[in-house]
Amino acid sequence: MFEKAWRGFREGKWSEGNVNVRDFIQRNYKPYEGDGSFLAPPTEATKKLWNMVMELSKEERARGGVYLADTDIVSRVNSHDAGYFDRSLEKIVGIQTDKPFKRALQPFGGIRMAEEALNMYGYELDDEVREIFTKYRKTHNEGVFDVYTPEMRRARHAHILTGLPDTYGRGRIVGDYRRVALYGVDYLIACKQKDKTLLDGDMTPDKIRDREEIAEQIKALGRLKEMAMMYGFDISRPAETAQEAVQWLYFGYLGAVKDQNGAAMSIGRNSTFLDIYFERDFAEGTLTEEAAQELIDHFVMKLRVVKFMRTKDYNELFSGDPTWVTESIGGMGLDGRTLVTKSSFRVLHTLENLGPAPEPNLTVLWSKQLPYNFKKFCAETSIKTSAIQYESDDLMRPEMGDDYCIACCVSSMRVGKDMQFFGARANLAKCLLYAINGGKDELLKDPKTNAPLQVSPEFTPVSGDGALDYETVVKKYDCMMDWLAGLYVNTLNVIHYMHDKYCYEALEMALHDSQVRRFFATGIAGLSCAADSLSAIKYAKVYPVRNEDGIVVDFRIEGDYPKYGNNDDRADDIAVWLVRTFMDKIKEHTTYRGSIPTMSILTITSNVVYGKNTGNTPDGRRKGEPLAPGANPMHGRDSSGALASLESVAKLPYDHARDGISNTFSVTPDSLGKDD
Amino acid sequence: MARIHSYESFGTVDGPGIRFVVFMQGCPMRCKYCHNPDTWEIGGGSEKSAEEVAREALKYRSYFAGKGGVTVSGGEPLLQIDFLIELFTLLKANGVHTCVDTSGICFRRGDARYGRLVSLTDLFLLDIKHIDEQAHRALTGCSGEAPRAFAEYLCEQGVPVWIRHVLVPGITDDDGALARTRAFIQTLPNVERTEVLPYHTLGVEKYRRLGIAYPLEGVAPPARERVENARRILRCGKYAEGS
Repeated sequence: MFEKAWRGFREGKWSEGNVNVRDFIQRNYKPYEGDGSFLAPPTEATKKLWNMVMELSKEERARGGVYLADTDIVSRVNSHDAGYFDRSLEKIVGIQTDKPFKRALQPFGGIRMAEEALNMYGYELDDEVREIFTKYRKTHNEGVFDVYTPEMRRARHAHILTGLPDTYGRGRIVGDYRRVALYGVDYLIACKQKDKTLLDGDMTPDKIRDREEIAEQIKALGRLKEMAMMYGFDISRPAETAQEAVQWLYFGYLGAVKDQNGAAMSIGRNSTFLDIYFERDFAEGTLTEEAAQELIDHFVMKLRVVKFMRTKDYNELFSGDPTWVTESIGGMGLDGRTLVTKSSFRVLHTLENLGPAPEPNLTVLWSKQLPYNFKKFCAETSIKTSAIQYESDDLMRPEMGDDYCIACCVSSMRVGKDMQFFGARANLAKCLLYAINGGKDELLKDPKTNAPLQVSPEFTPVSGDGALDYETVVKKYDCMMDWLAGLYVNTLNVIHYMHDKYCYEALEMALHDSQVRRFFATGIAGLSCAADSLSAIKYAKVYPVRNEDGIVVDFRIEGDYPKYGNNDDRADDIAVWLVRTFMDKIKEHTTYRGSIPTMSILTITSNVVYGKNTGNTPDGRRKGEPLAPGANPMHGRDSSGALASLESVAKLPYDHARDGISNTFSVTPDSLGKDD
Repeated sequence: MARIHSYESFGTVDGPGIRFVVFMQGCPMRCKYCHNPDTWEIGGGSEKSAEEVAREALKYRSYFAGKGGVTVSGGEPLLQIDFLIELFTLLKANGVHTCVDTSGICFRRGDARYGRLVSLTDLFLLDIKHIDEQAHRALTGCSGEAPRAFAEYLCEQGVPVWIRHVLVPGITDDDGALARTRAFIQTLPNVERTEVLPYHTLGVEKYRRLGIAYPLEGVAPPARERVENARRILRCGKYAEGS
């Protein structure tokens, strides 16, 4: 079986009884330094299929955003019969339910959210399913709310902690789907069984949980085989051709999205892996460039139609209906060879063949050392489609090696070796207002007493109506961040305990090493607003304006102050201090399952919602106005041009924001100069 | 010390490569199409030393790569020529490519400072506002003599020059005037390049905020074929061959 599947491959650690995809890639891939002139246009089948997708998308919009939704089949890896767009045309098959664009029912995260989502689009949840998930089967959401403390509920209600994955799937876990293709499922099951045998001896709660989880993983792998069998494929054995490799890999991913409705369901780093199979088939004369591109086009088409049933306010938080099917492309190897292959071009070429699209989120791992032709191709494709994301491989590689991928938009993890507990964000701009008001919310009232809502324990607010004193405010802010960091970590501990217990990602974790490294991925929102506010207090005069309850609800600013985003150290140093300080405070607390705390500065869209729940701030931002996305300067305040703005962002210490820093940056082609 | 309006750290249209652009405060001209009326007032802006500006510019050195550098624009940079000489001395000591974007309106023959400036400047971007004297006065409020003399002076000095011409429908896009402009440019062998800048209305909002009546109210940006026509007559870009 392996003889045929692994024919022509250079053997090594990867083929000696373990799982080691990186070793397989390193021994077998062919770096490509040429240009994109070899690429093939879409086939007739591709065009027809894509037309069907476009038609269905149109109809979906006409129906208010959801084309069809399951109301009675609970989605699992093997819950649905095979479904097709047009079986005779599809080179890569498999969809989430039995009909294209039909959204699955995924209630393990929370039955209420699932039911609300259905109702919003005019569907009724099946009575029996409701009964099962309220009477007999507990969900993640129910578990979390059983345990939340009153303080956690208040912080959540006030939105100083926002977007917590306590009503929806946490996502951000990326299975190593390549393993399905390289080893076949039976081999993976055998390895997991071996791992389980090693978990012997004193049965501590941790070990019992580990054993149970591996048992769940093995069952999930069994279900994955059944799912593939419904489509007529036996994936118990490894893939033997390029077509099978793409298909097997996609089945792994499909199982994951049927099992989990995660906030971000990224797919890993696959193009160079697949390229090895393409090259072998080319060498054997069984594959043409047209056919290879068709496989990639059909694969990517499937990734474009991944859909989840979500509520409208969830979609408001994320400004749309994102799935974050991030595919990481390119980068450099530790040995100095580029990891760019012809298939890196093929994946990007889907933007030309199928037209631009936000999903899958094609992410180029950028290095100064990337081959010139590839850089040029990326630039050309970006100019044409505006649909490529870039991240610094040079920054991430030293820490993560050369087989990591991006989960969601900036969060790096070694494929199959790292997982993470996604933590949404703490709102640092609002935290500053709490420091000024002693933990009383600037917008909310206590429904019983009608007094301002005390969210944190009572701290001493700033007194008087004189200009705010920088040292005093910073001291108070520091205390308030202490409180917020502790509460934040503990809230996440509750969430992830319950997610593991009631909504465990058995299939995705089956495609990880059993000894997995875990990250505890916290995040902050409102960085630039908080930094500018402190800068205003320090360099201008900021007078508090109080309401009848004595709460500071507005600020009068006299004079100008340096703003983050102009490469001015006076303001930028404050932002750097905030990042370091908050991360250091996070680190002081015990994190669930010994996970390594990290932090992101990352909102792409939810900054709008965070801003809605934040009162007037000392930088002059008005109540309800959006915070800036991620690490961006506040809108319009970076008045010294793009490089100054980027240089400010680049000062933020990556060591204190290992989960990633995002900066949303748009340019019009004209502003990039006059030459091509 | 000089009065500075602002910086642009990522200038891509004012000279070669990626450029740090310093916008100087103050201008004696009142060009009707000007999109930076906020740089007119002499004595406005903020005061900065040449060292400060050089330090700021050098932060972006790694972006200048081969051909980028610093462009001083405005306002009218030559109003503060002493500062320019000071700044460019510092920049040249650091090996930075220097460029001045000017109308030449302040030029006076015999002023020795121009010789010093020319020796420190790698490229001049020279605006020809209008080739005809009467039209020049109507458009800018000033005579076109000094600009013309400056162009001739730069030619004598053999300094590289890029000519720029803002195309405003009904004012600067007359075929005859364009042909005369071309004829003038042809007398200047040091001109490496000619650019047509289509008039745009992005400045309107600034006028409104400053409470100044917008002089070109109702004038639309030129149609694409008029821009193409001007480029052809002035022999810009792809039309340069065979000139």
